[in-house]
Amino acid sequence: MNGPASRTLQLGALARVEGEAAVRLRLKDGRVTAAELRIYEPPRFFEAFLVGRGHTEPPDLTARICGICPVAYQMTACQAIEAACGVAVDGPIAQLRRLLYYGEWIESQSLHIHLLHAPDFLGCADAVELARGHRRAVERGLRIKQAGNAVMELLGGRPIHPVNVRIGGFYRTVSRDELAPLADRLRRARDDALETVSWVAGFDFPEASFDGEFLALHDPGRYAVDSGAPAVLPAPGGAHPVRGFPVDEFEQHVVEEQVPYSTALQSRLDGGRHLTGSLARYALNGRWLHPTAAEAARAAGLGDPAAGEVCRNPYRSILVRAVEVVHALEEALHIIEGYRPPPRPHVDVPARESAGCAATEAPRGLLYHRYALGPDGTVTHARIVPPTAQNQAAIEEDLRRQVQARLARSHTAVGDEELAALCERAVRNHDPCISCSAHFLDLAVERE
Amino acid sequence: MTGRVVVIGVGNPFRRDDGAGPAVIESLRSRGAPSAELAVSDGDPGRLMELWRPADSVIVAESLRSPAGRPGRLHTLRADRAARLAAETASTHGLGLAEALALAAALGRLPHAVVVHAVEGADFSVGVGLSPAVRAALPALVHLVADSVRAAHR
Repeated sequence: MNGPASRTLQLGALARVEGEAAVRLRLKDGRVTAAELRIYEPPRFFEAFLVGRGHTEPPDLTARICGICPVAYQMTACQAIEAACGVAVDGPIAQLRRLLYYGEWIESQSLHIHLLHAPDFLGCADAVELARGHRRAVERGLRIKQAGNAVMELLGGRPIHPVNVRIGGFYRTVSRDELAPLADRLRRARDDALETVSWVAGFDFPEASFDGEFLALHDPGRYAVDSGAPAVLPAPGGAHPVRGFPVDEFEQHVVEEQVPYSTALQSRLDGGRHLTGSLARYALNGRWLHPTAAEAARAAGLGDPAAGEVCRNPYRSILVRAVEVVHALEEALHIIEGYRPPPRPHVDVPARESAGCAATEAPRGLLYHRYALGPDGTVTHARIVPPTAQNQAAIEEDLRRQVQARLARSHTAVGDEELAALCERAVRNHDPCISCSAHFLDLAVERE
Repeated sequence: MTGRVVVIGVGNPFRRDDGAGPAVIESLRSRGAPSAELAVSDGDPGRLMELWRPADSVIVAESLRSPAGRPGRLHTLRADRAARLAAETASTHGLGLAEALALAAALGRLPHAVVVHAVEGADFSVGVGLSPAVRAALPALVHLVADSVRAAHR
């Protein structure tokens, strides 16, 4: 706090909390001198929690990091440990894994679109107010979300924190008959999702542009979810073409650093700010969207993804998410259509002294895991770099710019309430997972 | 009554006292089949609304965070009061029980009877196991829930 003009504003009546975030703004002479996003509880605690466990345990344990994206943690942990043990899982088991992952994408992205992000565009305080005025849209969003939930429940064994996933595959695989009713539900959800794209396309999007680098998995021929290698799309005007690197070089490129105000580490990509998530995936993989999703993107004003069109406006991430839901539903239906049960639900993954890493595309961005194993499979080292930690620096820069632009437009003082709403929107654009936080956001404004 | 009686333990057992709701369900299951459907949920609105129908009686076991409160203290809340415990601002990443109740009310999908039995927690950090105060209060919480199940059948 600095001087009599300083004051602190606290937001949020918290009912049940699993983690917290806060934004601290420092303003001086109409300029933003600091914009800090503080995250108190990163997945880092889990890394210590994993050391000493057996090599079969990380998929189940890391799934508990996040109630919204447990599959992302499970799939990345499985692939990293399988890489350490020299095992590659393919065929129907890999297809089922991807189907499960699409279930999570459908659920998570539709939750964010309809219940968290849309209220910002329609002048509603929250999902409840949205439901009162836009009931049909909210019902539609819940139907899509529940279709994703049905995938998770069938393949994961239960609706939250799936228990059917194991190293090497699944404990039990489903039959074609079990998948048939799911396909009916997914087809209805696909029609709903197309309506959602049209609905969101009609929103009013503020002007904004992210000018850093995009990082996403890249697997030519497919819109990468659980395969491919990291690829980087340079910032606008950058001299370099798209560059890529093997996933086992991830930690040389994405370097974590401590910042004094947050217990979460921040990451830099080759020293600069980067963004992972829907915008990055769309920029690097748009040409491989399912034709239905690509057509929806074109109709929604996102340009032609086949021509490598890039969207850099974080507010439009809701539109890209809506397109990704269509893609996920089409791909899920495609997997179900071609599915033949594997002879065994999993392949054996014998432990060995080694290390392995993997990255997959969680709904909110690239998630990296690395494990070192002892001779008996005991985890001796674990490293998890979640998308939110990677995006933190980009979010802070976004906050700084947007608050600065707002201050520059006004000759009179801008109140804390308006700043808080602006910050919340700026942060929510990126759908950060704040350590499975259910509530958000404390804002402190310091005026010098 | 025409609906089902559904008991839902809301919370995450990997967040210590947030696991009180699921612990109640575990306790009810270990006593043998009660005359109610038992479920565990993270409180997500979509999933909760899948667990209940409009005619049902729903009993929720939950934990509360109350910084100035007393860990282990029990509260019984009707749906409207529980819904008012929602955060005043849309979250960035997820919604909980209070928001689910408010949303269900707005959509006309609230069960005909909802009661929430909640225990004030002390420790919501990463890890398993309830804090001593919440562990000590658990039998009383289970008792309250069981009473509500009996009342719902009357």
